[in-house]
Amino acid sequence: MTLGEYLTEETISLNLEAETSSEVIRHLGNKLFDCGLVKESFIEAAISREQNLPTGLPLEDDLHVAIPHTDIEHVNKPGLAMATLSKPVVFQNMVDPSDSVNVSIVFLMALDKPHAQIAMLQEIAGVIQDGELLKRLVKAQEARDVIREFTTIGK
Amino acid sequence: MIGKKRILVACGTAIATSTVVAKAIEEALEKRGIAATIRQCKAAEVPSLAEDVDLIVTTTPVATDHGKPIIQTLAFLTGIGKEAVIEQIVVALQSIP
Repeated sequence: MTLGEYLTEETISLNLEAETSSEVIRHLGNKLFDCGLVKESFIEAAISREQNLPTGLPLEDDLHVAIPHTDIEHVNKPGLAMATLSKPVVFQNMVDPSDSVNVSIVFLMALDKPHAQIAMLQEIAGVIQDGELLKRLVKAQEARDVIREFTTIGK
Repeated sequence: MIGKKRILVACGTAIATSTVVAKAIEEALEKRGIAATIRQCKAAEVPSLAEDVDLIVTTTPVATDHGKPIIQTLAFLTGIGKEAVIEQIVVALQSIP
């Protein structure tokens, strides 16, 4: 499966208003839960994991990303939720948790097996490394435009 | 001339980030004709596994006193400074007896 297949209109939030990383994770986690992809425990597990082992990734052009996720036991089926934020929200830097990163795009990943979702993970890494694509995602106003961007990846 | 080098790739949960990093290192080393065994683990598991490897690459902070070289980097996720880190890994592997 590719990113365009994991992301659905139900799991995309555009211009989400949130103050904290926990709020963003709760919002997106609820979407994954409503789709039956994760157990209820996933949400608090992902929030607590973010506090202990943060996932903020500082990028170029001041457009930063976070990729929260948690252990496989909280997941029913692999899935992906994504939010663009109406204003940046602080996540801590993955490699240096004392460093704050102003994040504009969040990918909440539900992974059910170690190594199994390598294609999804590599595609997310590809998105993170494509500054022009990130700029288009931040500006997107319709979920279907986001899905279209992701469906063309790898083709 | 030398046996396969062993690299430990650590991240928070050992399922997501380290999968991407391990794959990227594997491909980069393959291109350079360097054979290596790569194992993924959680950052918390590094102390118990460090003894059996030659190099540790991690995306999250780990305790650094295992007597093994450690490279902390997000380059394989963000792409920023990736070539320099690959070079750093190659140099580190070559300097291991």
